[in-house]
Amino acid sequence: MDAILLQILNGLDKGGAYALIALGLTLIFGTLGVVNFAHGALFMLGAFVAVSVREVLTISTKVKDESVTFFEAFKEIPYLELWLGDTGKAIIDWSVPISILIALPVMLLIGLVMERGLIRHFYRRAHADQILVTFGLAIVVQEIIKAIYGANPIPQPAPEMFSGTFNIGALFGLGDNIVYPKWRIVYLFFALGIIGAVFAFLQFTTFGMVVRAGMADRQTVQLLGINITKRFSIVFGLAAVVAGMAGLMYTPILSPNYHMGMDFLVLSFVVVVVGGMGSLPGAVAAGFLLGILQSFASMNEVKQIIPGIDQVIIYLVAMIVLLVRPRGLMGRKGVMED
Amino acid sequence: MTDKTNGVSRRTVLKGTAASAAAIAVPSFYIPNATAAGAFRNDPAASGKCVLGFNVPQTGAYADEGADELRAFKLAVKHLNGEGDGGMMNTMKPMNLKGNGILGMKVEYVTGDTQTKSDAARASAKRMIEKDGVIMFSGGSSSGVAIAVQALAEEMGTIFMSGLTHSNDTTGKDRRRHGFRHMFNCHQSALALRPVLDKAYGKDRQVYHLTADYSWGWSQQDSIEKGMAAESNWQTVANVKTPVGAGDFSQYITPILNSGADTLVLNHYGGDMVNSLTQAMQFGLKDKQVNGRDFQIIVPLFSRLMAKGAGDNMKGILGSTNWNWKLTDEGSKAFVKSFGQEYGFPPSQAAHTCYVQTMLYADAVERAGSFEPAAVIAALEDHEFDGMGNGASLYRKADHQVMKNALVVEGNTNPTSDFDRLSVKEVVSRERLTYDPNEGPFAGGAQWS
Repeated sequence: MDAILLQILNGLDKGGAYALIALGLTLIFGTLGVVNFAHGALFMLGAFVAVSVREVLTISTKVKDESVTFFEAFKEIPYLELWLGDTGKAIIDWSVPISILIALPVMLLIGLVMERGLIRHFYRRAHADQILVTFGLAIVVQEIIKAIYGANPIPQPAPEMFSGTFNIGALFGLGDNIVYPKWRIVYLFFALGIIGAVFAFLQFTTFGMVVRAGMADRQTVQLLGINITKRFSIVFGLAAVVAGMAGLMYTPILSPNYHMGMDFLVLSFVVVVVGGMGSLPGAVAAGFLLGILQSFASMNEVKQIIPGIDQVIIYLVAMIVLLVRPRGLMGRKGVMED
Repeated sequence: MTDKTNGVSRRTVLKGTAASAAAIAVPSFYIPNATAAGAFRNDPAASGKCVLGFNVPQTGAYADEGADELRAFKLAVKHLNGEGDGGMMNTMKPMNLKGNGILGMKVEYVTGDTQTKSDAARASAKRMIEKDGVIMFSGGSSSGVAIAVQALAEEMGTIFMSGLTHSNDTTGKDRRRHGFRHMFNCHQSALALRPVLDKAYGKDRQVYHLTADYSWGWSQQDSIEKGMAAESNWQTVANVKTPVGAGDFSQYITPILNSGADTLVLNHYGGDMVNSLTQAMQFGLKDKQVNGRDFQIIVPLFSRLMAKGAGDNMKGILGSTNWNWKLTDEGSKAFVKSFGQEYGFPPSQAAHTCYVQTMLYADAVERAGSFEPAAVIAALEDHEFDGMGNGASLYRKADHQVMKNALVVEGNTNPTSDFDRLSVKEVVSRERLTYDPNEGPFAGGAQWS
């Protein structure tokens, strides 16, 4: 029972990341009709905003490393520590949450530049062209990051306050065996918060109402004199921010590396298809569902019955869902059916 | 007169027998690259160029190891051509290199990207042999890749001096006459770690294995499991195979919490090890008490690059390594000084093994007085050497595996810098690491006389 509860938590956590990426993908597809294969790169870029911020905060002075005697080596002490002492250490310790402040404008800008500079030229092109150009863009971004930061993962520690585990079992009177890393709990609530904020933004603001109207019938909204293209560009930027935030907050869980975006992208596309193309609630529901199923499939008891099931479960579920419900769990009629 | 049995003539039977005998005998005398006149593929004397191929992962999960290997190869070429301070050419024994290239020919090189994929690695190696005219190629970082390109080397009759490959199979069941390995293997890791783990953590432990799902992972898990079961009665609770490059291992780690295991063996390497160890720490495994004992994590194969990636999570973790830059023998000091001056940081075990392999190949050519693969193979076989960082070493003829010292290392609890993440706990002697080349996990490999 404890193992099952822990796997549910794992699934929710991983599903949170899937859902956030799938939410952005669906927003872009629903508004601009673009199948954006560069969305995983936005997730990865968000993670590298956290890496960059930490690198800036830890700009250091070089001091000779006396432990190395065979050649002249140096170790580094961050200026922030030298100048501000414990306060400097605390700022470095909180580098991941601090990065959010930088990532918000940076990711919005990246999203807008990507959309205005490249993707808008492909609105009227076939989906295959859109996939090719965005996939190419993703590879270019990936290689640039690799050239700058190298190929190895770069660990980003969570603030000391959130390192270690939290005894969830004790909280609910279920014994001491259900412990879970604090940062993963933070990530789950963060993902739920972002998802809630996006839905609220679309549901309860005038801007959101116009966007939803544009998603339903673009031409009619334009006939009313509303510049829907401009709003959709902003939606692209918003989707980039959501993906970037998802990647940034994931860094203490998975050390950032240049191909992390591609790893998440494929699964997130499956999430979008299972949830139903163009359906925001479908993307979120499918994200969590597939995350949980993937976690259960990784349990040793399950793998002993069906070896390798952990690596195919998502695709297997996608096949079954599409056979039973060709439009996905919450797909809308007419989307990508022309 | 015709003597027929079941419709087959005696002459046909005799012909068939002779043909079969010839076919069976072929591997013992046939060298695919040789001809009756002594000509061989990519002969530097014929082309006027001595080209070596360095086929390393420049992309993928092991790209940083590959980058360090490439640095070492370039340094080796520099030293062979008489540039720089000569590095291990000052300590290598016996030493037949003159600093004027190989057999007086300036050494050139080409590089390739294996992408840590067998098919890409084979394509890259084939291009090097067929288009770039390499006389020898080297590189590594994945045993699956090493085994694949080693088979190609055999087909093409070109010598392959493998870089970082740790699976038993490379010089076990998949060994090839044209393949040579300086790096130690999983079985030797287990031999080195056994007494240290027994002493540090005691007997009768309950072990959970997380294993990379490919040749090296299976080999590593099997070696540690058998070694610790026989000597220390360590029991396996579960062996869970994980996909290479899984990234998030949380779904594989949570079942350990309530499995009754008191020890976790991470049969992972490179980025996978960095992620799985970091996540195991996040789940508080190292802080747990199970069966009245402190929970322990073991990483059988360590490298300096992995230690840097895993940071403080490595503290106090035991593992083994082929070589470490902190060794104080003359060979290691000469190499570290040379590498450090060139690049500003110390080399990894991957860099060391690649540098040594290049030097050993060049030295063998000088001793053979020829680039001809058959002659170089003979010069490398049963060659005793020293002064290259692992003590007195032997390139064993039976399996082309170097018998030498290896190290048990521990994650440094008080590192002074990122270079200082590992401390050498024990130098394990060559004698303790020597095994029968045709027994246990090494049975079934090719034989040559």
